[in-house]
Amino acid sequence: MKVTREMGLKERIYIVEVVRGLYVTSKHFFSNLSIHIAHLLNLQKEKRGAETYQYPEEQRPYSHRLRMRHRLLKRQDGTPRCVACYMCETICPAECIHIVAGEKDDPLIEKYPVSFDIDLSRCIYCGYCVEACPCDAIRMDIPENKITAYDRNDLVLSINDLLI
Amino acid sequence: MLFTIVVKLVLAIIMYSFVMGLAALLTWMERKESAVMQDRIGANRADVLGFRAWGLFHIIADSVKMMLKEDFIPPFSNKLIHNLAPLISVLFALLAFACIPFGGTLKIYGKEITLQIANLNIALLFIFATLSLGIYGVILGGWSSFNKWAIISSQRAVAQLLSFGFALAAIFISIVMVYDTFNLQVISQKQGELLFGFIPKWGIFLQPLGFILFLIVGIAETKRIPFDLPEGESEVIGYFVEYSGLKFGMFFLTDFVETILISALTVVFYLGSYQIPYLGATGFVFPGGFQIALPHIVVVLLQVIAFGIKVFIGCWFLLLVRWTLPRFRYDQMMKLGWEQVVPLSIINIFITAIIILYAKGALNL
Repeated sequence: MKVTREMGLKERIYIVEVVRGLYVTSKHFFSNLSIHIAHLLNLQKEKRGAETYQYPEEQRPYSHRLRMRHRLLKRQDGTPRCVACYMCETICPAECIHIVAGEKDDPLIEKYPVSFDIDLSRCIYCGYCVEACPCDAIRMDIPENKITAYDRNDLVLSINDLLI
Repeated sequence: MLFTIVVKLVLAIIMYSFVMGLAALLTWMERKESAVMQDRIGANRADVLGFRAWGLFHIIADSVKMMLKEDFIPPFSNKLIHNLAPLISVLFALLAFACIPFGGTLKIYGKEITLQIANLNIALLFIFATLSLGIYGVILGGWSSFNKWAIISSQRAVAQLLSFGFALAAIFISIVMVYDTFNLQVISQKQGELLFGFIPKWGIFLQPLGFILFLIVGIAETKRIPFDLPEGESEVIGYFVEYSGLKFGMFFLTDFVETILISALTVVFYLGSYQIPYLGATGFVFPGGFQIALPHIVVVLLQVIAFGIKVFIGCWFLLLVRWTLPRFRYDQMMKLGWEQVVPLSIINIFITAIIILYAKGALNL
């Protein structure tokens, strides 16, 4: 729906509105500038003069719920919790998980992952693997975002990278 | 004779190093001021040996980049005029500073030096001429490029500068009526007097309407937001669309030099030029009779510094306007020019005339 609003006299003169706008911007300018100057003198460190995070030096605090790099959890004896049930590999929409299962001597556990690879260059960070896991063996909670490499093969995480 | 040449050379070096230095600083200020008022930080990554100096090295980085870029001249352009246009543009912007006074008369070793490159009697007309001739850089730049956007853009620029140039002439007439002279040094000296014994006789108090109109017209003359229709990036890019490297840099520099020029002219005409309130030739004389005596050299130095600070604050204000207001639509700009600024500036002439006649006692009301 098109809403037309009649401008008042103040808005039509324009100069008054210009002065109001300049007041708003100059207020921001002077309050931020005084905070920057205070920072130079080591004062008022708790106030921020800008919304900017100076990224490589300053990390932004992430939400606890944010899905980030994967990790595999361990049992109390140090072996991986994963039972190589292939639930995560099956549900993964990006097909980035590759598991090779091996047989375990323990009759209660049956299987364990011989290798567990996650191709981060394919992963879409949907979190389905975490949802699907029956043993709570995989989580996506390492707050790391420097997922970069010069070679695609460097982005494939092996079981040793995942077991932290 | 030799003495005069040396003095003029020194004055020119002082004036132009101030102008070019401030223009370079403005490229940094434009980024930083806009950043600070928008709660950002702004350019701060260029460093020399680990020192960042709040991004001041970006000035050097920018100019080095401009110089090292390929200077491409389009094969279909008119090469002579294409090369000439940025020179004309920056030349006329810089030329106007020749007759702007940045200080009073300095008496040293029995000689009198007027702190002004050229003390012209027709300085006001000279400035009006240079401001108008600056249009040629824009026209020739757009026309010689043989680019449709460049031509549309320079047409817009010419239409804008002509319509606001008319208002500028009318504002200059009221300035001449108030100060009774075309000489900027005399205008500056007259603003050192007092009105009713306590208000400094600055142009802003004599011509409040003229001050606002001059600011509007001045911002329009610099072709920056909110009057940046010739350079509307989203529509016509600009008359310098076919320029690259240092020639683009000269057009870019012209914008900042014109900003300084408008700021300096506003200071000279309306904000007391180099005068400090209550500072006379012998020191401060306050209305209550309180006095502080100062030597001549200190007074002159204080006035020169005051002029520099006023111009700097003026530039700050022009940048504040540029980063606050949105761009006008083309019809809004033309309407503002012809239907509001031009009639108001003509009305201003009549109001000024009536007040002057009344003050002289020639009018019986």
